[in-house]
Amino acid sequence: MNSVTRPGAEAVASKGWLAANKWLLLRRMTQFGVLLLFLSGPWLGVWIIKGNIASSLTLDVLPLSDPFVLMQSLFAGHWPETSVLIGAAIILVFYFLVGGRVYCGWICPVNVITDAAAWLRLRLGIKTGARIPRQSRYWILGMTFVIAALTGGLVWELVNPVTMLYRGLIFGMGMVWWLVLALFLFDLLVSPRGWCSHLCPMGAFYSLLALYTPVRVSAVSREQCNDCMDCYAICPEPQVIPPALKGADKGVGPRITGINCTNCARCIDVCSKDVFKFTIRYDKRTDSYKKLDQSEVMP
Amino acid sequence: MTEPSNKARISRRYFLTRLASSACGVALLGTGLLIYSRQASSLPAMALRPPGALPEADFLGACVRCGLCVRDCPYDTLKLARLGEDVATGTPYFTARHIPCEMCEDIPCVVACPTGALEKSLTDIDDSRMGLAVLVDQETCLNFLGLRCDVCFRVCPLINKAITLEPRHNPRTGKHTLFIPVVHSDACTGCGKCEKACVLPEAAIKVFPQRMAKGQAAEHYRLGWEEKQKAGGSLVSPDKEHQYTLPEGYRYDYEGQGLIKEEINKGTPFADNPLDTLSRPQQERGQ
Repeated sequence: MNSVTRPGAEAVASKGWLAANKWLLLRRMTQFGVLLLFLSGPWLGVWIIKGNIASSLTLDVLPLSDPFVLMQSLFAGHWPETSVLIGAAIILVFYFLVGGRVYCGWICPVNVITDAAAWLRLRLGIKTGARIPRQSRYWILGMTFVIAALTGGLVWELVNPVTMLYRGLIFGMGMVWWLVLALFLFDLLVSPRGWCSHLCPMGAFYSLLALYTPVRVSAVSREQCNDCMDCYAICPEPQVIPPALKGADKGVGPRITGINCTNCARCIDVCSKDVFKFTIRYDKRTDSYKKLDQSEVMP
Repeated sequence: MTEPSNKARISRRYFLTRLASSACGVALLGTGLLIYSRQASSLPAMALRPPGALPEADFLGACVRCGLCVRDCPYDTLKLARLGEDVATGTPYFTARHIPCEMCEDIPCVVACPTGALEKSLTDIDDSRMGLAVLVDQETCLNFLGLRCDVCFRVCPLINKAITLEPRHNPRTGKHTLFIPVVHSDACTGCGKCEKACVLPEAAIKVFPQRMAKGQAAEHYRLGWEEKQKAGGSLVSPDKEHQYTLPEGYRYDYEGQGLIKEEINKGTPFADNPLDTLSRPQQERGQ
Protein backbone atom coordinates (compact mmCIF):
# COMPACT_ATOMS: atom_id res chain seq x y z
CA MET A 1 0.00 0.00 0.00
CA ASN A 2 1.41 3.29 -1.07
CA SER A 3 0.30 5.33 1.93
CA VAL A 4 2.22 3.09 4.29
CA THR A 5 5.55 3.84 2.65
CA ARG A 6 4.72 7.38 1.62
CA PRO A 7 2.26 8.94 4.02
CA GLY A 8 1.20 12.37 2.82
CA ALA A 9 1.44 11.56 -0.90
CA GLU A 10 -2.26 12.19 -1.25
CA ALA A 11 -1.98 15.47 0.63
CA VAL A 12 0.87 16.60 -1.61
CA ALA A 13 -1.27 15.81 -4.63
CA SER A 14 -4.30 17.70 -3.35
CA LYS A 15 -2.73 20.58 -1.38
CA GLY A 16 0.66 21.00 -3.00
CA TRP A 17 4.06 20.11 -1.54
CA LEU A 18 4.50 23.24 0.52
CA ALA A 19 1.11 23.02 2.21
CA ALA A 20 1.59 19.33 2.85
CA ASN A 21 4.90 19.99 4.60
CA LYS A 22 4.16 23.34 6.20
CA TRP A 23 4.34 22.29 9.83
CA LEU A 24 7.33 20.05 9.25
CA LEU A 25 9.21 22.97 7.70
CA LEU A 26 8.20 25.29 10.53
CA ARG A 27 9.35 22.72 13.03
CA ARG A 28 12.72 22.20 11.39
CA MET A 29 13.16 25.96 11.11
CA THR A 30 12.44 26.31 14.82
CA GLN A 31 14.81 23.48 15.76
CA PHE A 32 17.67 24.79 13.65
CA GLY A 33 16.81 28.43 14.33
CA VAL A 34 17.10 28.00 18.10
CA LEU A 35 20.31 26.04 17.61
CA LEU A 36 21.69 28.87 15.47
CA LEU A 37 20.88 31.37 18.24
CA PHE A 38 23.13 29.25 20.45
CA LEU A 39 25.78 28.87 17.75
CA SER A 40 26.01 32.50 16.66
CA GLY A 41 28.19 33.17 19.70
CA PRO A 42 30.87 30.55 19.22
CA TRP A 43 30.73 30.79 15.42
CA LEU A 44 30.33 34.51 14.75
CA GLY A 45 31.04 36.13 18.08
CA VAL A 46 27.47 37.42 18.27
CA TRP A 47 26.27 36.23 21.66
CA ILE A 48 22.50 35.80 21.67
CA ILE A 49 22.08 32.71 23.83
CA LYS A 50 24.98 31.51 25.97
CA GLY A 51 25.19 28.02 27.38
CA ASN A 52 23.16 25.11 26.09
CA ILE A 53 19.68 23.68 26.62
CA ALA A 54 20.55 22.42 30.09
CA SER A 55 20.81 26.03 31.20
CA SER A 56 21.33 29.24 29.26
CA LEU A 57 21.39 32.99 29.42
CA THR A 58 19.71 34.95 26.63
CA LEU A 59 21.06 38.42 25.84
CA ASP A 60 22.76 38.40 29.24
CA VAL A 61 19.45 38.81 31.08
CA LEU A 62 17.00 35.96 30.56
CA PRO A 63 17.91 32.71 32.32
CA LEU A 64 16.36 29.53 30.92
CA SER A 65 16.96 26.13 32.45
CA ASP A 66 15.83 22.63 31.77
CA PRO A 67 13.51 21.52 34.58
CA PHE A 68 14.31 17.82 34.04
CA VAL A 69 18.03 18.36 34.55
CA LEU A 70 17.28 20.60 37.52
CA MET A 71 15.02 17.92 39.04
CA GLN A 72 17.92 15.46 38.89
CA SER A 73 20.06 17.99 40.69
CA LEU A 74 17.39 18.46 43.36
CA PHE A 75 17.12 14.68 43.83
CA ALA A 76 20.91 14.57 44.07
CA GLY A 77 20.53 16.79 47.11
CA HIS A 78 21.71 20.15 45.82
CA TRP A 79 19.63 23.25 46.45
CA PRO A 80 20.57 25.59 43.60
CA GLU A 81 20.92 29.33 43.18
CA THR A 82 17.78 31.26 42.25
CA SER A 83 18.95 31.89 38.69
CA VAL A 84 18.47 28.28 37.61
CA LEU A 85 15.18 28.04 39.51
CA ILE A 86 13.77 31.08 37.71
CA GLY A 87 15.01 29.69 34.40
CA ALA A 88 13.33 26.35 35.02
CA ALA A 89 10.09 28.03 36.15
CA ILE A 90 9.92 30.01 32.90
CA ILE A 91 10.42 26.84 30.87
CA LEU A 92 7.79 24.97 32.90
CA VAL A 93 5.20 27.69 32.34
CA PHE A 94 6.06 27.94 28.65
CA TYR A 95 5.64 24.23 27.97
CA PHE A 96 2.57 24.07 30.14
CA LEU A 97 1.02 26.63 27.80
CA VAL A 98 2.16 25.33 24.42
CA GLY A 99 2.15 21.59 25.17
CA GLY A 100 4.76 19.71 27.18
CA ARG A 101 6.27 17.64 24.43
CA VAL A 102 6.43 20.59 22.08
CA TYR A 103 9.95 20.46 23.46
CA CYS A 104 10.42 17.12 21.73
CA GLY A 105 8.94 18.10 18.41
CA TRP A 106 10.12 21.66 18.09
CA ILE A 107 13.41 22.00 20.01
CA CYS A 108 15.04 18.65 20.71
CA PRO A 109 17.81 17.81 18.23
CA VAL A 110 17.36 14.06 18.71
CA ASN A 111 13.93 14.43 17.10
CA VAL A 112 15.61 15.18 13.76
CA ILE A 113 17.57 11.94 14.00
CA THR A 114 14.67 9.73 15.04
CA ASP A 115 12.32 11.35 12.50
CA ALA A 116 14.91 10.54 9.84
CA ALA A 117 15.08 6.95 11.07
CA ALA A 118 11.27 6.68 11.04
CA TRP A 119 11.14 8.13 7.53
CA LEU A 120 13.72 5.65 6.27
CA ARG A 121 11.91 2.79 8.01
CA LEU A 122 8.74 3.65 6.13
CA ARG A 123 10.57 4.03 2.83
CA LEU A 124 12.39 0.75 3.19
CA GLY A 125 9.27 -0.96 4.50
CA ILE A 126 11.06 -2.35 7.56
CA LYS A 127 8.42 -4.05 9.65
CA THR A 128 10.48 -5.95 12.19
CA GLY A 129 11.67 -4.61 15.47
CA ALA A 130 11.42 -5.01 19.21
CA ARG A 131 8.29 -3.70 20.82
CA ILE A 132 9.08 -1.81 23.97
CA PRO A 133 6.19 -0.80 26.23
CA ARG A 134 5.46 2.90 25.86
CA GLN A 135 5.29 3.18 29.64
CA SER A 136 8.99 2.28 29.89
CA ARG A 137 9.90 5.95 29.66
CA TYR A 138 8.07 6.68 32.91
CA TRP A 139 9.96 3.89 34.65
CA ILE A 140 13.19 5.30 33.29
CA LEU A 141 12.13 8.77 34.40
CA GLY A 142 11.65 7.45 37.93
CA MET A 143 14.95 5.59 37.70
CA THR A 144 16.87 8.75 36.77
CA PHE A 145 15.61 10.43 39.92
CA VAL A 146 16.23 7.39 42.14
CA ILE A 147 19.76 7.00 40.81
CA ALA A 148 20.44 10.72 41.31
CA ALA A 149 19.32 10.41 44.92
CA LEU A 150 21.41 7.26 45.43
CA THR A 151 24.63 8.63 43.99
CA GLY A 152 24.23 12.34 44.66
CA GLY A 153 25.17 13.02 41.06
CA LEU A 154 23.45 13.79 37.76
CA VAL A 155 23.98 10.26 36.48
CA TRP A 156 21.49 10.43 33.60
CA GLU A 157 23.41 13.38 32.21
CA LEU A 158 26.32 11.00 31.63
CA VAL A 159 24.23 9.25 28.98
CA ASN A 160 21.38 11.65 28.12
CA PRO A 161 21.60 11.91 24.31
CA VAL A 162 19.42 15.03 24.22
CA THR A 163 21.61 17.29 26.33
CA MET A 164 24.77 15.60 25.09
CA LEU A 165 23.96 16.23 21.44
CA TYR A 166 22.97 19.83 22.06
CA ARG A 167 26.04 20.49 24.18
CA GLY A 168 28.18 18.69 21.64
CA LEU A 169 26.95 20.82 18.76
CA ILE A 170 27.83 23.98 20.67
CA PHE A 171 30.88 22.97 22.71
CA GLY A 172 32.40 20.15 20.69
CA MET A 173 31.05 16.75 19.76
CA GLY A 174 33.75 14.35 20.95
CA MET A 175 32.24 10.91 20.52
CA VAL A 176 28.66 12.16 20.30
CA TRP A 177 28.50 11.40 16.56
CA TRP A 178 28.74 7.72 17.44
CA LEU A 179 25.84 8.17 19.83
CA VAL A 180 23.86 9.86 17.05
CA LEU A 181 24.59 6.95 14.74
CA ALA A 182 23.65 4.45 17.44
CA LEU A 183 20.33 6.21 18.08
CA PHE A 184 19.56 6.35 14.37
CA LEU A 185 20.28 2.65 13.89
CA PHE A 186 18.37 1.77 17.06
CA ASP A 187 15.26 3.53 15.78
CA LEU A 188 15.75 2.23 12.24
CA LEU A 189 16.44 -1.41 12.97
CA VAL A 190 15.99 -2.31 16.61
CA SER A 191 12.81 -0.62 17.71
CA PRO A 192 10.50 1.60 15.65
CA ARG A 193 10.28 5.08 17.22
CA GLY A 194 12.15 3.36 20.03
CA TRP A 195 13.93 6.24 21.67
CA CYS A 196 11.60 9.23 21.59
CA SER A 197 8.30 7.39 21.93
CA HIS A 198 9.26 4.62 24.31
CA LEU A 199 12.42 5.25 26.31
CA CYS A 200 13.37 8.90 26.62
CA PRO A 201 12.74 10.09 30.19
CA MET A 202 13.09 13.69 29.12
CA GLY A 203 10.07 13.34 26.83
CA ALA A 204 8.27 11.53 29.63
CA PHE A 205 8.99 14.43 31.96
CA TYR A 206 7.71 17.02 29.50
CA SER A 207 4.62 14.92 28.74
CA LEU A 208 3.51 15.42 32.35
CA LEU A 209 3.26 19.15 31.66
CA ALA A 210 0.68 18.50 28.93
CA LEU A 211 -2.18 17.40 31.17
CA TYR A 212 -3.95 20.75 30.89
CA THR A 213 -2.15 22.23 27.94
CA PRO A 214 -4.33 24.72 26.07
CA VAL A 215 -2.74 24.34 22.63
CA ARG A 216 -3.78 21.04 21.10
CA VAL A 217 -4.36 19.48 17.71
CA SER A 218 -8.00 18.64 17.19
CA ALA A 219 -9.72 16.43 14.62
CA VAL A 220 -12.26 19.17 14.04
CA SER A 221 -13.41 17.80 10.70
CA ARG A 222 -13.29 14.17 11.66
CA GLU A 223 -16.42 13.35 9.68
CA GLN A 224 -14.31 14.09 6.59
CA CYS A 225 -11.84 11.29 7.43
CA ASN A 226 -11.45 8.80 4.58
CA ASP A 227 -9.51 6.26 6.66
CA CYS A 228 -6.36 6.61 4.58
CA MET A 229 -4.29 5.92 7.74
CA ASP A 230 -1.63 8.45 6.78
CA CYS A 231 -1.85 10.21 10.14
CA TYR A 232 -1.31 6.92 12.00
CA ALA A 233 1.65 6.09 9.81
CA ILE A 234 3.37 9.43 10.30
CA CYS A 235 2.51 10.03 13.98
CA PRO A 236 5.29 9.27 16.48
CA GLU A 237 2.64 8.59 19.12
CA PRO A 238 -0.23 7.10 17.11
CA GLN A 239 -2.06 5.92 20.23
CA VAL A 240 -3.22 9.50 20.82
CA ILE A 241 -5.18 9.69 17.56
CA PRO A 242 -8.07 7.18 17.81
CA PRO A 243 -9.98 8.84 20.69
CA ALA A 244 -9.87 12.16 18.90
CA LEU A 245 -10.51 10.91 15.39
CA LYS A 246 -12.85 7.96 16.03
CA GLY A 247 -14.39 8.84 19.36
CA ALA A 248 -17.51 10.53 18.00
CA ASP A 249 -19.73 7.57 18.93
CA LYS A 250 -18.54 7.65 22.53
CA GLY A 251 -18.75 11.40 22.71
CA VAL A 252 -14.96 11.66 22.91
CA GLY A 253 -12.74 14.19 21.18
CA PRO A 254 -12.22 15.71 18.73
CA ARG A 255 -9.32 17.26 20.62
CA ILE A 256 -6.21 15.15 21.05
CA THR A 257 -5.75 14.85 24.79
CA GLY A 258 -3.01 12.23 25.01
CA ILE A 259 -0.17 13.83 26.91
CA ASN A 260 2.41 12.30 24.61
CA CYS A 261 1.21 14.21 21.57
CA THR A 262 4.17 16.39 20.66
CA ASN A 263 2.10 18.96 18.75
CA CYS A 264 4.38 18.22 15.83
CA ALA A 265 1.35 18.69 13.55
CA ARG A 266 2.50 16.16 10.97
CA CYS A 267 -1.06 14.83 11.03
CA ILE A 268 -2.25 18.24 9.84
CA ASP A 269 0.33 18.16 7.07
CA VAL A 270 -0.32 14.68 5.74
CA CYS A 271 -4.13 14.79 5.86
CA SER A 272 -5.56 15.43 2.40
CA LYS A 273 -9.00 16.06 3.92
CA ASP A 274 -7.84 18.74 6.39
CA VAL A 275 -9.34 16.85 9.31
CA PHE A 276 -6.86 18.24 11.87
CA LYS A 277 -6.32 21.76 13.07
CA PHE A 278 -4.58 23.50 15.98
CA THR A 279 -7.09 24.62 18.59
CA ILE A 280 -7.03 26.37 21.91
CA ARG A 281 -8.48 24.09 24.52
CA TYR A 282 -10.62 26.54 26.44
CA ASP A 283 -11.71 28.49 23.38
CA LYS A 284 -15.33 27.45 22.75
CA ARG A 285 -15.26 28.70 19.17
CA THR A 286 -12.61 26.24 18.04
CA ASP A 287 -12.83 23.52 20.60
CA SER A 288 -16.15 21.74 20.35
CA TYR A 289 -15.51 18.71 22.50
CA LYS A 290 -18.30 17.23 24.58
CA LYS A 291 -16.64 15.40 27.39
CA LEU A 292 -13.09 15.07 28.61
CA ASP A 293 -11.89 11.54 28.07
CA GLN A 294 -10.02 10.67 31.23
CA SER A 295 -8.92 7.28 29.96
CA GLU A 296 -6.73 8.94 27.38
CA VAL A 297 -5.25 11.50 29.69
CA MET A 298 -2.74 9.05 31.05
CA PRO A 299 -0.59 7.39 28.41
CA MET B 1 -18.32 -11.29 45.14
CA THR B 2 -18.29 -12.87 41.72
CA GLU B 3 -15.46 -14.80 40.22
CA PRO B 4 -13.44 -12.68 37.83
CA SER B 5 -14.06 -13.71 34.25
CA ASN B 6 -11.40 -15.59 32.33
CA LYS B 7 -10.70 -12.53 30.24
CA ALA B 8 -10.13 -10.39 33.30
CA ARG B 9 -7.72 -12.92 34.80
CA ILE B 10 -5.64 -13.09 31.65
CA SER B 11 -5.43 -9.33 31.40
CA ARG B 12 -4.42 -9.08 35.02
CA ARG B 13 -1.66 -11.60 34.45
CA TYR B 14 -0.72 -9.71 31.30
CA PHE B 15 -0.72 -6.46 33.23
CA LEU B 16 1.46 -7.79 36.04
CA THR B 17 3.89 -9.42 33.64
CA ARG B 18 4.26 -6.24 31.68
CA LEU B 19 4.74 -4.32 34.90
CA ALA B 20 7.41 -6.73 36.11
CA SER B 21 9.21 -6.77 32.77
CA SER B 22 9.31 -2.98 32.63
CA ALA B 23 10.52 -2.74 36.20
CA CYS B 24 13.22 -5.37 35.72
CA GLY B 25 14.38 -3.92 32.42
CA VAL B 26 14.70 -0.48 33.91
CA ALA B 27 16.37 -1.84 37.05
CA LEU B 28 18.94 -3.55 34.82
CA LEU B 29 19.54 -0.31 32.95
CA GLY B 30 19.82 1.54 36.26
CA THR B 31 22.37 -0.91 37.62
CA GLY B 32 24.48 -0.53 34.51
CA LEU B 33 24.26 3.23 34.84
CA LEU B 34 25.22 3.07 38.48
CA ILE B 35 28.36 1.10 37.70
CA TYR B 36 29.20 3.35 34.77
CA SER B 37 28.70 6.46 36.89
CA ARG B 38 31.22 5.21 39.43
CA GLN B 39 33.89 5.11 36.75
CA ALA B 40 32.75 8.16 34.87
CA SER B 41 32.79 10.37 37.94
CA SER B 42 36.38 9.71 38.94
CA LEU B 43 38.26 12.86 38.10
CA PRO B 44 41.75 12.44 36.64
CA ALA B 45 44.51 14.17 38.58
CA MET B 46 45.40 16.60 35.82
CA ALA B 47 41.83 17.91 35.46
CA LEU B 48 41.18 20.87 37.74
CA ARG B 49 37.76 22.30 38.52
CA PRO B 50 37.06 26.05 38.16
CA PRO B 51 37.51 28.31 41.19
CA GLY B 52 34.84 27.99 43.85
CA ALA B 53 33.83 24.49 42.75
CA LEU B 54 32.07 22.45 45.42
CA PRO B 55 33.83 19.30 46.62
CA GLU B 56 33.83 16.86 43.70
CA ALA B 57 30.97 14.64 44.91
CA ASP B 58 28.71 17.64 45.53
CA PHE B 59 29.84 19.29 42.33
CA LEU B 60 28.62 16.35 40.26
CA GLY B 61 25.17 16.75 41.78
CA ALA B 62 25.06 20.51 41.37
CA CYS B 63 26.57 21.24 37.96
CA VAL B 64 24.02 21.08 35.12
CA ARG B 65 26.76 21.09 32.47
CA CYS B 66 25.53 24.29 30.82
CA GLY B 67 28.94 25.76 30.02
CA LEU B 68 28.14 29.32 31.12
CA CYS B 69 31.37 29.38 33.17
CA VAL B 70 33.28 28.34 30.06
CA ARG B 71 31.70 31.15 28.04
CA ASP B 72 32.55 33.82 30.57
CA CYS B 73 36.16 32.72 31.05
CA PRO B 74 38.14 35.47 29.28
CA TYR B 75 41.25 33.33 28.81
CA ASP B 76 39.61 30.20 27.37
CA THR B 77 40.99 28.33 30.33
CA LEU B 78 37.86 26.34 31.04
CA LYS B 79 36.57 23.59 28.81
CA LEU B 80 33.53 21.34 28.93
CA ALA B 81 34.50 17.69 28.96
CA ARG B 82 33.54 16.07 25.68
CA LEU B 83 32.05 12.62 25.43
CA GLY B 84 34.90 10.12 25.51
CA GLU B 85 37.20 12.25 27.67
CA ASP B 86 38.16 11.08 31.14
CA VAL B 87 36.23 13.83 32.91
CA ALA B 88 32.47 13.37 33.59
CA THR B 89 30.95 14.44 30.28
CA GLY B 90 29.85 18.05 30.03
CA THR B 91 31.47 19.23 33.25
CA PRO B 92 33.91 22.17 33.22
CA TYR B 93 37.60 21.69 33.92
CA PHE B 94 41.00 23.02 32.96
CA THR B 95 44.46 21.60 32.51
CA ALA B 96 47.13 23.74 34.17
CA ARG B 97 49.90 22.82 31.75
CA HIS B 98 47.64 23.75 28.81
CA ILE B 99 45.98 27.00 29.95
CA PRO B 100 46.17 27.85 33.66
CA CYS B 101 43.67 29.98 35.57
CA GLU B 102 44.56 33.66 35.33
CA MET B 103 42.80 34.39 38.62
CA CYS B 104 40.52 37.24 37.46
CA GLU B 105 39.64 39.54 40.32
CA ASP B 106 35.92 39.56 39.43
CA ILE B 107 35.87 35.75 39.02
CA PRO B 108 33.48 35.77 36.00
CA CYS B 109 33.09 31.98 35.93
CA VAL B 110 31.68 31.93 39.44
CA VAL B 111 29.39 34.86 38.65
CA ALA B 112 28.10 33.04 35.55
CA CYS B 113 27.28 29.76 37.31
CA PRO B 114 23.47 29.53 37.58
CA THR B 115 23.36 26.62 40.01
CA GLY B 116 25.90 27.35 42.71
CA ALA B 117 28.12 24.44 41.66
CA LEU B 118 30.71 27.21 41.75
CA GLU B 119 30.08 28.80 45.08
CA LYS B 120 28.98 32.43 45.01
CA SER B 121 30.53 32.92 48.44
CA LEU B 122 33.94 32.99 46.75
CA THR B 123 34.55 36.70 46.20
CA ASP B 124 38.30 36.89 46.65
CA ILE B 125 40.10 34.77 44.08
CA ASP B 126 43.03 34.37 46.49
CA ASP B 127 40.71 32.26 48.64
CA SER B 128 40.05 29.75 45.86
CA ARG B 129 41.49 26.26 46.12
CA MET B 130 41.42 24.71 42.66
CA GLY B 131 44.23 22.40 43.60
CA LEU B 132 47.64 22.53 45.20
CA ALA B 133 50.99 22.89 43.47
CA VAL B 134 53.50 20.19 44.35
CA LEU B 135 57.13 20.15 43.34
CA VAL B 136 56.88 16.54 42.30
CA ASP B 137 60.28 16.00 40.75
CA GLN B 138 63.25 17.06 42.86
CA GLU B 139 65.59 15.21 40.53
CA THR B 140 64.97 17.40 37.50
CA CYS B 141 63.89 20.71 39.06
CA LEU B 142 66.66 23.15 38.09
CA ASN B 143 66.59 24.91 41.44
CA PHE B 144 67.15 21.61 43.19
CA LEU B 145 70.17 21.14 40.95
CA GLY B 146 71.54 24.42 42.23
CA LEU B 147 70.59 26.59 39.25
CA ARG B 148 68.68 29.82 39.59
CA CYS B 149 65.65 29.03 37.41
CA ASP B 150 63.08 30.41 39.86
CA VAL B 151 60.44 30.60 37.09
CA CYS B 152 57.67 29.00 39.14
CA PHE B 153 58.41 31.40 41.95
CA ARG B 154 58.42 34.40 39.62
CA VAL B 155 55.13 33.64 37.81
CA CYS B 156 53.22 32.81 40.98
CA PRO B 157 50.40 35.37 41.39
CA LEU B 158 51.01 35.09 45.13
CA ILE B 159 54.78 35.37 44.87
CA ASN B 160 56.59 34.83 48.17
CA LYS B 161 53.37 33.63 49.78
CA ALA B 162 52.25 30.57 47.83
CA ILE B 163 55.77 29.75 46.70
CA THR B 164 58.86 30.84 48.63
CA LEU B 165 62.50 30.16 47.88
CA GLU B 166 64.17 28.55 50.87
CA PRO B 167 67.96 28.71 51.02
CA ARG B 168 69.64 25.38 51.64
CA HIS B 169 73.25 24.33 51.65
CA ASN B 170 74.44 22.91 48.35
CA PRO B 171 76.38 19.80 49.40
CA ARG B 172 77.62 19.16 45.85
CA THR B 173 79.73 22.30 45.56
CA GLY B 174 80.08 22.82 49.27
CA LYS B 175 80.01 26.56 48.93
CA HIS B 176 76.76 27.48 47.11
CA THR B 177 73.15 27.85 48.07
CA LEU B 178 70.20 25.91 46.71
CA PHE B 179 67.09 28.06 46.43
CA ILE B 180 64.41 25.49 46.98
CA PRO B 181 60.89 26.42 45.82
CA VAL B 182 58.50 25.56 48.63
CA VAL B 183 54.72 25.64 48.13
CA HIS B 184 52.57 26.78 51.02
CA SER B 185 49.11 25.26 51.13
CA ASP B 186 47.68 28.15 53.14
CA ALA B 187 48.21 30.48 50.17
CA CYS B 188 48.39 28.36 46.98
CA THR B 189 45.15 28.59 44.95
CA GLY B 190 46.10 25.89 42.47
CA CYS B 191 45.86 28.27 39.53
CA GLY B 192 48.53 26.29 37.73
CA LYS B 193 50.66 29.15 36.46
CA CYS B 194 53.77 27.54 37.93
CA GLU B 195 53.07 24.26 36.16
CA LYS B 196 52.41 26.10 32.91
CA ALA B 197 55.63 28.11 33.23
CA CYS B 198 57.99 25.31 34.29
CA VAL B 199 60.77 25.37 31.72
CA LEU B 200 61.27 21.61 31.62
CA PRO B 201 59.70 19.61 28.79
CA GLU B 202 57.68 17.87 31.50
CA ALA B 203 56.86 20.11 34.42
CA ALA B 204 58.65 19.34 37.69
CA ILE B 205 55.99 21.29 39.59
CA LYS B 206 52.43 20.15 39.06
CA VAL B 207 49.05 21.12 40.42
CA PHE B 208 47.10 18.25 41.91
CA PRO B 209 43.64 18.16 43.45
CA GLN B 210 43.88 18.91 47.17
CA ARG B 211 42.97 15.35 48.12
CA MET B 212 46.04 14.06 46.30
CA ALA B 213 48.47 16.81 47.18
CA LYS B 214 47.91 17.13 50.88
CA GLY B 215 48.71 14.88 53.78
CA GLN B 216 46.85 15.11 57.04
CA ALA B 217 48.21 14.80 60.55
CA ALA B 218 46.38 12.50 62.92
CA GLU B 219 43.63 14.16 64.93
CA HIS B 220 45.38 13.61 68.23
CA TYR B 221 48.77 14.75 67.01
CA ARG B 222 50.20 17.84 68.72
CA LEU B 223 53.40 19.70 67.99
CA GLY B 224 55.09 20.19 71.34
CA TRP B 225 56.76 23.47 70.52
CA GLU B 226 53.52 24.98 69.26
CA GLU B 227 51.59 23.82 72.30
CA LYS B 228 54.28 25.29 74.48
CA GLN B 229 54.03 28.61 72.72
CA LYS B 230 50.21 28.59 72.97
CA ALA B 231 50.34 27.84 76.67
CA GLY B 232 52.97 30.51 77.15
CA GLY B 233 55.26 28.09 78.88
CA SER B 234 56.17 24.50 79.31
CA LEU B 235 53.33 22.08 79.79
CA VAL B 236 55.69 19.76 81.61
CA SER B 237 56.88 21.16 84.89
CA PRO B 238 59.53 21.82 85.68
CA ASP B 239 60.75 22.64 82.16
CA LYS B 240 64.02 20.90 82.37
CA GLU B 241 66.84 22.25 80.26
CA HIS B 242 68.08 19.58 77.93
CA GLN B 243 71.57 18.48 78.71
CA TYR B 244 73.78 17.90 75.73
CA THR B 245 76.99 16.06 75.84
CA LEU B 246 79.07 18.34 73.70
CA PRO B 247 82.77 18.60 73.02
CA GLU B 248 84.55 21.42 74.68
CA GLY B 249 84.16 24.73 72.98
CA TYR B 250 80.69 23.92 71.61
CA ARG B 251 77.27 25.00 72.78
CA TYR B 252 73.78 24.23 71.55
CA ASP B 253 71.28 26.95 70.68
CA TYR B 254 67.94 25.32 71.39
CA GLU B 255 65.61 27.42 69.18
CA GLY B 256 68.00 28.76 66.64
CA GLN B 257 71.18 27.77 64.94
CA GLY B 258 71.74 24.47 66.63
CA LEU B 259 75.33 23.45 67.22
CA ILE B 260 77.65 26.43 67.61
CA LYS B 261 81.37 26.47 68.00
CA GLU B 262 82.30 28.90 70.70
CA GLU B 263 84.58 31.56 69.36
CA ILE B 264 87.71 31.43 71.44
CA ASN B 265 89.39 34.22 69.63
CA LYS B 266 86.82 37.06 69.62
CA GLY B 267 88.86 39.05 67.10
CA THR B 268 89.05 38.58 63.36
CA PRO B 269 90.31 35.20 62.25
CA PHE B 270 92.57 36.92 59.80
CA ALA B 271 95.96 38.12 60.86
CA ASP B 272 97.17 41.50 59.83
CA ASN B 273 99.65 39.84 57.58
CA PRO B 274 97.76 37.59 55.12
CA LEU B 275 100.80 35.35 54.82
CA ASP B 276 100.35 34.39 58.48
CA THR B 277 96.85 33.22 57.78
CA LEU B 278 97.93 31.17 54.78
CA SER B 279 100.75 29.54 56.60
CA ARG B 280 98.47 28.35 59.44
CA PRO B 281 97.63 24.61 59.42
CA GLN B 282 94.57 23.87 57.29
CA GLN B 283 92.24 22.73 60.13
CA GLU B 284 92.68 26.04 61.87
CA ARG B 285 91.82 27.98 58.75
CA GLY B 286 88.52 26.12 58.27
CA GLN B 287 85.54 27.70 59.99
